[in-house]
Amino acid sequence: MMLKRCLPHPLLSLALLVVWVLLVNEISAGVVVFGAILAIVVPLITSSFWPAAPKVGNAYAICEYGLIVLWDILVANVVVAGLILFRKAESLETKCVVVPLDLTSPEAITTLAGTITMTPGTVTIDLSADAKSLLVHCLHAPDPQGVIDDIKTRYEGRLKEIFE
Amino acid sequence: MPFIAELVISVLIVIGGLFLLIGSFGMLKLRELLPRLHAPTKATTVGVGGILIASMLFFWIERGHFTIHELLITLFLFLTAPITANLIAKAYLLRHVDPHADLPKSGQDEGWATFDPVGPDGYDPSEEYKPDQK
Repeated sequence: MMLKRCLPHPLLSLALLVVWVLLVNEISAGVVVFGAILAIVVPLITSSFWPAAPKVGNAYAICEYGLIVLWDILVANVVVAGLILFRKAESLETKCVVVPLDLTSPEAITTLAGTITMTPGTVTIDLSADAKSLLVHCLHAPDPQGVIDDIKTRYEGRLKEIFE
Repeated sequence: MPFIAELVISVLIVIGGLFLLIGSFGMLKLRELLPRLHAPTKATTVGVGGILIASMLFFWIERGHFTIHELLITLFLFLTAPITANLIAKAYLLRHVDPHADLPKSGQDEGWATFDPVGPDGYDPSEEYKPDQK
Protein backbone atom coordinates (compact mmCIF):
# COMPACT_ATOMS: atom_id res chain seq x y z
CA MET A 1 0.00 0.00 0.00
CA MET A 2 2.80 2.34 1.01
CA LEU A 3 4.77 1.24 -2.04
CA LYS A 4 1.72 1.85 -4.23
CA ARG A 5 1.41 5.40 -2.92
CA CYS A 6 5.11 6.23 -3.38
CA LEU A 7 5.33 4.64 -6.83
CA PRO A 8 2.00 5.18 -8.62
CA HIS A 9 3.55 4.33 -12.00
CA PRO A 10 6.39 1.83 -11.50
CA LEU A 11 7.14 1.55 -15.24
CA LEU A 12 7.33 5.34 -15.61
CA SER A 13 9.68 5.49 -12.61
CA LEU A 14 11.90 2.80 -14.11
CA ALA A 15 11.96 4.61 -17.48
CA LEU A 16 12.90 7.92 -15.80
CA LEU A 17 15.75 6.26 -13.89
CA VAL A 18 17.11 4.56 -17.03
CA VAL A 19 16.83 7.75 -19.14
CA TRP A 20 18.63 9.76 -16.44
CA VAL A 21 21.52 7.28 -16.25
CA LEU A 22 21.76 7.25 -20.06
CA LEU A 23 21.74 11.06 -20.20
CA VAL A 24 24.66 11.30 -17.78
CA ASN A 25 26.26 8.39 -19.65
CA GLU A 26 27.93 6.81 -16.63
CA ILE A 27 26.90 4.56 -13.77
CA SER A 28 27.99 5.68 -10.32
CA ALA A 29 26.29 5.84 -6.93
CA GLY A 30 25.60 9.57 -7.13
CA VAL A 31 24.00 9.35 -10.57
CA VAL A 32 21.78 6.42 -9.57
CA VAL A 33 20.67 8.09 -6.32
CA PHE A 34 19.74 11.33 -8.09
CA GLY A 35 17.97 9.32 -10.81
CA ALA A 36 16.02 7.45 -8.12
CA ILE A 37 14.94 10.75 -6.54
CA LEU A 38 13.70 11.94 -9.95
CA ALA A 39 11.98 8.59 -10.53
CA ILE A 40 10.00 9.00 -7.30
CA VAL A 41 9.27 12.75 -7.39
CA VAL A 42 8.27 13.23 -11.06
CA PRO A 43 5.48 10.56 -11.10
CA LEU A 44 4.13 11.92 -7.78
CA ILE A 45 3.94 15.49 -9.11
CA THR A 46 2.37 14.47 -12.43
CA SER A 47 0.07 11.71 -11.15
CA SER A 48 -3.02 13.95 -11.18
CA PHE A 49 -2.70 14.20 -14.98
CA TRP A 50 -2.55 10.45 -15.28
CA PRO A 51 -4.96 8.84 -12.80
CA ALA A 52 -5.23 5.30 -14.21
CA ALA A 53 -2.11 3.22 -14.78
CA PRO A 54 -2.41 1.61 -18.23
CA LYS A 55 -1.95 -2.12 -18.59
CA VAL A 56 1.03 -2.80 -20.85
CA GLY A 57 1.35 -6.11 -22.69
CA ASN A 58 4.36 -8.36 -23.17
CA ALA A 59 7.75 -7.12 -24.29
CA TYR A 60 7.74 -9.34 -27.41
CA ALA A 61 4.62 -7.63 -28.82
CA ILE A 62 6.11 -4.18 -28.10
CA CYS A 63 9.40 -5.04 -29.87
CA GLU A 64 7.48 -6.44 -32.86
CA TYR A 65 5.40 -3.25 -33.05
CA GLY A 66 8.51 -1.04 -32.85
CA LEU A 67 10.30 -2.94 -35.62
CA ILE A 68 7.24 -2.86 -37.91
CA VAL A 69 6.87 0.89 -37.37
CA LEU A 70 10.59 1.49 -38.08
CA TRP A 71 10.40 -0.54 -41.30
CA ASP A 72 7.24 1.30 -42.41
CA ILE A 73 8.91 4.65 -41.70
CA LEU A 74 11.86 3.66 -43.92
CA VAL A 75 9.67 2.50 -46.81
CA ALA A 76 7.26 5.44 -46.58
CA ASN A 77 10.18 7.91 -46.45
CA VAL A 78 11.41 6.72 -49.83
CA VAL A 79 7.87 6.83 -51.27
CA VAL A 80 7.23 10.36 -50.00
CA ALA A 81 10.66 11.58 -51.15
CA GLY A 82 9.73 10.32 -54.63
CA LEU A 83 6.40 12.16 -54.47
CA ILE A 84 8.07 15.43 -53.43
CA LEU A 85 10.82 15.22 -56.05
CA PHE A 86 9.02 13.87 -59.11
CA ARG A 87 5.39 14.96 -58.86
CA LYS A 88 3.85 18.35 -59.50
CA ALA A 89 2.34 19.75 -56.30
CA GLU A 90 -1.05 20.12 -58.04
CA SER A 91 -1.21 16.48 -59.10
CA LEU A 92 -0.95 15.16 -55.52
CA GLU A 93 -4.28 13.90 -54.22
CA THR A 94 -4.14 15.32 -50.71
CA LYS A 95 -7.22 14.49 -48.71
CA CYS A 96 -8.51 13.84 -45.21
CA VAL A 97 -9.64 10.34 -44.31
CA VAL A 98 -11.63 9.22 -41.26
CA VAL A 99 -10.28 6.21 -39.37
CA PRO A 100 -12.91 4.66 -37.07
CA LEU A 101 -11.24 3.33 -33.90
CA ASP A 102 -11.71 0.02 -32.08
CA LEU A 103 -9.23 1.05 -29.39
CA THR A 104 -10.65 2.49 -26.18
CA SER A 105 -7.69 3.18 -23.88
CA PRO A 106 -6.38 6.78 -24.15
CA GLU A 107 -2.75 5.60 -24.07
CA ALA A 108 -3.34 3.25 -27.01
CA ILE A 109 -5.09 5.97 -29.05
CA THR A 110 -2.26 8.41 -28.32
CA THR A 111 0.31 5.85 -29.46
CA LEU A 112 -1.66 5.14 -32.63
CA ALA A 113 -2.01 8.87 -33.42
CA GLY A 114 1.73 9.39 -32.85
CA THR A 115 2.61 6.42 -35.03
CA ILE A 116 0.42 7.72 -37.87
CA THR A 117 2.12 11.14 -37.68
CA MET A 118 5.65 9.69 -37.64
CA THR A 119 4.93 7.49 -40.66
CA PRO A 120 5.58 9.74 -43.66
CA GLY A 121 2.62 10.60 -45.87
CA THR A 122 0.04 10.66 -43.08
CA VAL A 123 -0.51 13.13 -40.22
CA THR A 124 -3.14 12.81 -37.50
CA ILE A 125 -4.90 16.16 -37.25
CA ASP A 126 -7.89 15.57 -35.00
CA LEU A 127 -9.83 13.16 -32.81
CA SER A 128 -13.61 13.02 -32.52
CA ALA A 129 -14.94 14.29 -29.20
CA ASP A 130 -16.07 10.80 -28.13
CA ALA A 131 -12.63 9.36 -29.05
CA LYS A 132 -14.06 6.96 -31.64
CA SER A 133 -12.54 8.35 -34.87
CA LEU A 134 -9.23 9.85 -35.97
CA LEU A 135 -8.99 12.46 -38.71
CA VAL A 136 -5.90 11.68 -40.79
CA HIS A 137 -4.47 13.93 -43.49
CA CYS A 138 -2.80 12.08 -46.39
CA LEU A 139 -0.24 13.67 -48.71
CA HIS A 140 -1.17 11.39 -51.60
CA ALA A 141 -4.05 8.95 -51.29
CA PRO A 142 -5.65 7.78 -54.53
CA ASP A 143 -7.18 4.92 -52.51
CA PRO A 144 -8.42 6.25 -49.11
CA GLN A 145 -9.96 2.92 -48.07
CA GLY A 146 -6.55 1.24 -48.53
CA VAL A 147 -4.92 3.76 -46.15
CA ILE A 148 -7.60 3.10 -43.53
CA ASP A 149 -7.27 -0.70 -43.87
CA ASP A 150 -3.46 -0.41 -43.60
CA ILE A 151 -3.65 1.59 -40.39
CA LYS A 152 -6.25 -0.72 -38.87
CA THR A 153 -4.54 -4.03 -39.67
CA ARG A 154 -0.87 -3.07 -39.24
CA TYR A 155 -1.03 -0.80 -36.20
CA GLU A 156 -4.38 -0.87 -34.48
CA GLY A 157 -4.66 -4.63 -34.16
CA ARG A 158 -1.20 -4.89 -32.59
CA LEU A 159 -1.84 -1.96 -30.22
CA LYS A 160 -5.04 -3.66 -29.13
CA GLU A 161 -2.97 -6.69 -28.12
CA ILE A 162 -0.43 -4.55 -26.26
CA PHE A 163 -2.77 -2.25 -24.33
CA GLU A 164 -6.07 -4.13 -23.98
CA MET B 1 39.63 3.42 -38.86
CA PRO B 2 39.10 0.65 -41.42
CA PHE B 3 37.95 1.66 -44.89
CA ILE B 4 34.66 -0.22 -44.65
CA ALA B 5 33.69 1.67 -41.47
CA GLU B 6 34.50 5.01 -43.11
CA LEU B 7 32.39 3.99 -46.10
CA VAL B 8 29.37 2.98 -44.01
CA ILE B 9 29.52 6.15 -41.90
CA SER B 10 29.87 8.39 -44.97
CA VAL B 11 26.96 6.68 -46.73
CA LEU B 12 24.75 7.12 -43.65
CA ILE B 13 25.62 10.83 -43.40
CA VAL B 14 24.95 11.39 -47.10
CA ILE B 15 21.60 9.56 -46.94
CA GLY B 16 20.60 11.52 -43.83
CA GLY B 17 21.58 14.83 -45.41
CA LEU B 18 19.75 13.93 -48.61
CA PHE B 19 16.48 13.24 -46.77
CA LEU B 20 16.82 16.46 -44.75
CA LEU B 21 17.32 18.34 -48.01
CA ILE B 22 14.27 16.67 -49.60
CA GLY B 23 12.21 17.51 -46.51
CA SER B 24 13.19 21.19 -46.75
CA PHE B 25 12.56 21.18 -50.50
CA GLY B 26 9.09 19.78 -49.79
CA MET B 27 8.37 22.72 -47.47
CA LEU B 28 9.27 25.03 -50.33
CA LYS B 29 7.38 23.17 -53.04
CA LEU B 30 4.08 22.40 -51.31
CA ARG B 31 1.91 25.48 -51.08
CA GLU B 32 -0.60 24.80 -48.30
CA LEU B 33 -0.04 24.24 -44.61
CA LEU B 34 -1.42 20.72 -44.25
CA PRO B 35 0.66 19.19 -47.08
CA ARG B 36 3.64 21.17 -45.79
CA LEU B 37 3.22 19.56 -42.40
CA HIS B 38 4.31 16.27 -43.99
CA ALA B 39 7.79 17.55 -44.83
CA PRO B 40 9.21 18.03 -41.29
CA THR B 41 7.88 14.67 -40.10
CA LYS B 42 9.97 13.10 -42.86
CA ALA B 43 13.11 15.01 -41.99
CA THR B 44 12.99 13.95 -38.35
CA THR B 45 12.82 10.23 -39.13
CA VAL B 46 15.25 8.95 -41.76
CA GLY B 47 17.20 12.23 -42.11
CA VAL B 48 18.05 12.69 -38.46
CA GLY B 49 18.10 8.91 -37.89
CA GLY B 50 20.83 8.34 -40.49
CA ILE B 51 23.05 11.06 -39.05
CA LEU B 52 22.55 9.82 -35.48
CA ILE B 53 23.45 6.22 -36.40
CA ALA B 54 26.54 7.53 -38.22
CA SER B 55 27.49 9.51 -35.09
CA MET B 56 27.10 6.43 -32.86
CA LEU B 57 29.24 4.31 -35.21
CA PHE B 58 31.93 7.00 -35.47
CA PHE B 59 32.37 7.42 -31.71
CA TRP B 60 32.22 3.67 -31.19
CA ILE B 61 34.78 2.68 -33.85
CA GLU B 62 37.05 5.74 -33.98
CA ARG B 63 37.04 6.89 -30.34
CA GLY B 64 36.36 3.52 -28.75
CA HIS B 65 33.59 4.60 -26.39
CA PHE B 66 29.97 3.75 -26.87
CA THR B 67 27.51 6.63 -26.47
CA ILE B 68 23.80 6.19 -26.11
CA HIS B 69 22.84 9.88 -26.36
CA GLU B 70 21.85 9.46 -30.01
CA LEU B 71 19.19 6.92 -29.06
CA LEU B 72 17.85 9.36 -26.48
CA ILE B 73 17.65 12.10 -29.14
CA THR B 74 15.63 9.70 -31.29
CA LEU B 75 13.37 8.89 -28.33
CA PHE B 76 12.72 12.57 -27.53
CA LEU B 77 12.06 13.32 -31.22
CA PHE B 78 9.52 10.50 -31.45
CA LEU B 79 7.81 11.79 -28.30
CA THR B 80 7.67 15.48 -29.30
CA ALA B 81 7.30 15.57 -33.11
CA PRO B 82 3.74 14.14 -33.27
CA ILE B 83 2.54 16.55 -30.56
CA THR B 84 4.01 19.57 -32.37
CA ALA B 85 2.44 18.47 -35.67
CA ASN B 86 -0.93 17.96 -33.97
CA LEU B 87 -0.88 21.38 -32.31
CA ILE B 88 0.04 23.13 -35.57
CA ALA B 89 -2.75 21.23 -37.36
CA LYS B 90 -5.29 22.12 -34.65
CA ALA B 91 -4.38 25.83 -34.79
CA TYR B 92 -4.72 25.74 -38.59
CA LEU B 93 -8.09 23.95 -38.40
CA LEU B 94 -9.47 26.51 -35.95
CA ARG B 95 -8.37 29.54 -37.94
CA HIS B 96 -8.78 28.51 -41.58
CA VAL B 97 -11.04 25.49 -41.95
CA ASP B 98 -14.83 25.33 -41.98
CA PRO B 99 -15.68 22.02 -40.26
CA HIS B 100 -18.97 21.60 -42.16
CA ALA B 101 -17.67 22.34 -45.65
CA ASP B 102 -14.04 21.17 -45.63
CA LEU B 103 -13.85 18.17 -43.31
CA PRO B 104 -15.40 14.71 -43.65
CA LYS B 105 -17.94 13.77 -40.96
CA SER B 106 -16.54 11.85 -37.99
CA GLY B 107 -19.16 9.13 -38.47
CA GLN B 108 -19.77 9.01 -34.70
CA ASP B 109 -22.21 10.65 -32.29
CA GLU B 110 -19.79 13.51 -31.63
CA GLY B 111 -17.99 15.83 -34.07
CA TRP B 112 -14.25 16.59 -34.24
CA ALA B 113 -12.84 17.59 -30.86
CA THR B 114 -11.29 20.85 -32.10
CA PHE B 115 -14.70 22.26 -33.09
CA ASP B 116 -17.08 20.32 -30.91
CA PRO B 117 -15.52 19.82 -27.50
CA VAL B 118 -18.44 17.93 -25.96
CA GLY B 119 -17.19 14.66 -24.52
CA PRO B 120 -19.09 11.38 -24.12
CA ASP B 121 -20.09 12.30 -20.56
CA GLY B 122 -22.03 15.28 -21.95
CA TYR B 123 -19.77 17.88 -20.32
CA ASP B 124 -19.68 21.00 -22.46
CA PRO B 125 -17.38 23.82 -21.27
CA SER B 126 -19.45 26.43 -23.13
CA GLU B 127 -22.60 25.46 -21.14
CA GLU B 128 -21.14 27.16 -18.09
CA TYR B 129 -21.47 30.54 -19.75
CA LYS B 130 -25.12 30.17 -20.75
CA PRO B 131 -27.96 31.48 -18.56
CA ASP B 132 -30.08 28.85 -16.79
CA GLN B 133 -32.92 27.44 -18.83
CA LYS B 134 -36.24 27.33 -17.03
